[in-house]
Amino acid sequence: MENYVIDGKTAHYITINGQSCINFATHNYFNFISDKSIENNVIDAVNKYGIGSCGPRAFYGTFDIHIELEEKIAKFMEMEEAVIYSYGFSTVTSAIQAYVKSKDIVYVDEEVNFAIQKGLQASKAELVYFKHNCPEDLERLILEKNSTKRTRNRRAFLIVEGIYMNTGNICNLPKFIDIRIKHKIRIFIDETVSFGVLGDKGRGITEHFNIPKDEVDLIIGSLETSLSSVGGFCVGSTFVVEHQRLSGLGYCFSASLPPLLSAAAIKALDQIEKHPEMLVTLRERSISLHRSICNSQLTKHFILESDATSPLKHLYLIDKSLSLTEQQQILNKIVDYCISKGVAITTAAYLSNREYKIPTPSIRLLNSIKTTDGEIDFLINTLLQAVSVSSSKIQIL
Amino acid sequence: MGPVLKKSYLNYPKLKGSLEKKVTHDDLNTMKESYEKMPLYISIMASLGFYFLIFIGLINHIIFTPKVATEKNRKGYPPLYNTFDSIFLRYVFRRVKDCFNRVVCGVPGAEIDIIDRVTHDSCWSFEHLETKSTFLNLGSYNYLGFAQNEGPCAENTKEIIKEYGWAISSSRQELGTNNLHLELEQLTAEFLGVEDAIVFGMGFATNALNLPAIINSECLVLSDEYNHASVILGIRLSGATSVVYKHNDIKHLEELVRQNIVSGQPKTQKPWEKIFIVTEGIFSMEGSITNLPGIIAIKKKYKIYLYVDEAHSVGALGPKGRGVFDYYNCNPKDVDILMGTFSKSFGSAGGYIAGSKVLIDYLRVNSHASCYATSMAPPVAQIVITSMSMIMGKKHGEEGRKRIIQLASNVKYFRRKLKALGCVVYGNDDSPVIPMLVYMIAKVGATVREFNKFNIATVGVGFPATPLLEGRIRFCMSAALSKEQLDEVLEVTEKVMNKLGLCYSRKPKSNEEILYENPY
Repeated sequence: MENYVIDGKTAHYITINGQSCINFATHNYFNFISDKSIENNVIDAVNKYGIGSCGPRAFYGTFDIHIELEEKIAKFMEMEEAVIYSYGFSTVTSAIQAYVKSKDIVYVDEEVNFAIQKGLQASKAELVYFKHNCPEDLERLILEKNSTKRTRNRRAFLIVEGIYMNTGNICNLPKFIDIRIKHKIRIFIDETVSFGVLGDKGRGITEHFNIPKDEVDLIIGSLETSLSSVGGFCVGSTFVVEHQRLSGLGYCFSASLPPLLSAAAIKALDQIEKHPEMLVTLRERSISLHRSICNSQLTKHFILESDATSPLKHLYLIDKSLSLTEQQQILNKIVDYCISKGVAITTAAYLSNREYKIPTPSIRLLNSIKTTDGEIDFLINTLLQAVSVSSSKIQIL
Repeated sequence: MGPVLKKSYLNYPKLKGSLEKKVTHDDLNTMKESYEKMPLYISIMASLGFYFLIFIGLINHIIFTPKVATEKNRKGYPPLYNTFDSIFLRYVFRRVKDCFNRVVCGVPGAEIDIIDRVTHDSCWSFEHLETKSTFLNLGSYNYLGFAQNEGPCAENTKEIIKEYGWAISSSRQELGTNNLHLELEQLTAEFLGVEDAIVFGMGFATNALNLPAIINSECLVLSDEYNHASVILGIRLSGATSVVYKHNDIKHLEELVRQNIVSGQPKTQKPWEKIFIVTEGIFSMEGSITNLPGIIAIKKKYKIYLYVDEAHSVGALGPKGRGVFDYYNCNPKDVDILMGTFSKSFGSAGGYIAGSKVLIDYLRVNSHASCYATSMAPPVAQIVITSMSMIMGKKHGEEGRKRIIQLASNVKYFRRKLKALGCVVYGNDDSPVIPMLVYMIAKVGATVREFNKFNIATVGVGFPATPLLEGRIRFCMSAALSKEQLDEVLEVTEKVMNKLGLCYSRKPKSNEEILYENPY
């Protein structure tokens, strides 16, 4: 990929290196960034609080607007308590580190995002990776571990994602919950993508599968995806969540979230509460995008493995004979071509040598409620052209 | 926070050759740094107080287990927390909980609006009232007074919100780079006088996610004992061997360097791939300034890399506000990796890493933050551009320079006055972080409450952020404060000290008159 510089808002249309493009690249599910009422709320926050918070939460960095957001998230999720962090990545690593200690055992999906991997690495616990979204493999591993050395008082955790950032699949949560109960394991769910997307009211994967709240120990979410702000949060019972106020590293030792970003998240959450029909539209648009790709010529060149209802989709090259580097090069060329033609897409960025499982290169498509059928067709046609252009180039090489 | 990996190298044979003669810059620094030793009876009293609280808590916990201490629907599970943590939280920390997490409802400038609250159940929970109080603010990290809701910073930011929105929702390596980032990076590099810089959305993450990209497991890291949690986390994630040297102790540092170069990697005895010294500019709990000239001399002598975290020092130190190297008049290029944050002096959020072009180009590709984490929000970037241009004198004339002078004069005046009152003040005479020692955890709470009665906001810090017996009150100086306001604070401090018995200093008092003057 070339160096792309964006000018202006990252809304449904974005300007990249001077070229206007339809946005299939950033988390802009509800197009909140163009919402005037949110913008006014953000400006009001600047008028009231200035910009920075100038201190960590404990030392005059807790603003009334932070408390409001925490209460709002807890109420929205129908849980007891929420804490907010100032950065999505640090939310995940800090939350995991606050509970998981070096003597514990953690069962974790092999495709979890990098933030979870880093949190686990920092905790120094024993890690057991199970096959992606496969409860049977998890059960097998638990039995294997229990038969050898799990002592009665060893804490065990299970960490999954609601919608996997790296694959776009929806977690098979009910089965995991059964296993969790059977083996007395605590579960943490990273809902970075699924919060505000899944469920009738946008409460995420627990609402999607209708799972009682107290079956889940902690939900980690992000304000950076569906809410179009910056930061992250954790929500759950007071007993669990309160602990982070003294033990969450990113919570205690970092300046708190700038009030204006808190204001943006509050207003965005308001919109989701007031207009649950947006969630239906997003699902409908995502399914439409999924079907259109599956029914097009693109299936000759790409595999689409993500879940149909997920707004986040990964396109993998069908030709597995190529090395990962070659695949990445071809995808980069496709991205360059599409952007030059007015379709903003991006390859998923990974540090391959640092990931637990080397990810297969892919194009990560992110859908929004604004996408029309015409735009989906335009995306598919542009991708097709890009494939023919870049594959002919490869053959010449 | 404990150090990542405390390795005792005491057993290694001492190397020949006197170290004392070789380190010359040391003397210059120690003169300005003050660390009074704690009297024995105070340490006995402080530990007695702490263990008594823990003991009472333990009994309380066993006899009357509070409702919040039980978990629903998790019967038969191994407990989530260990006992010490929960007892500390419920029976020691709860007693001073009313001094923390005060709810702010306005700009954290020279004055700060705080919502009043009451507790009806000994700090288990708080009820927020409708009323608010205005405090003089010595608690926020607002060194240069850029926490404002009016003036050029706020105005520019509002325009940017309309034009660019408030978030980008993509990482730098995907589609999350906008022209504000590029402008800010160039400006930061120019401000610091280095080749290039890269900016990130959170200061904590700048350390935690870039150190592992720079340092690998074959490296040795020499880390100051009071380094910030984010630095320690970054070193831990890098997998490198970490050796902790005594706070700001150049001799100890050099000794450890020599010992470790000789011994090599612990298991294989292979030579280290690289050696790093990681230190901070101003230490946020001690108020001390790192002995940069001394460290640079060691770095050059042994060909070691140097990483300086300027979270508190950038903007707040030096005649040009460029940080700790500016203060000592060192060459910024002698520091290999300059890290800093925008959340303190610049009144914003986020962090940067600055250094050679090669380093920054490497980070653009390999940093965990630029690959996975969301890029900096546009309004957050814009305010730094405006405030940094002001500090550099590029915009709004002398305004930036005035603030630097105001801060330095405030610091000098306040620190000397405070010492003259007879309390123990840690740290460097020029450091805007001013810790006043009260030792006992109970006194931390009492002092903060007393100050609050006089409408002054200060920060109380105790275990685990400081050593167990060194509870302290921390004043954060700001250019937004005037001399009259400082006099008011000093007057109150005297009253509080007399009431609570905080005159711990046994140094002779000087009768010299303390004037408010410009040190530059």
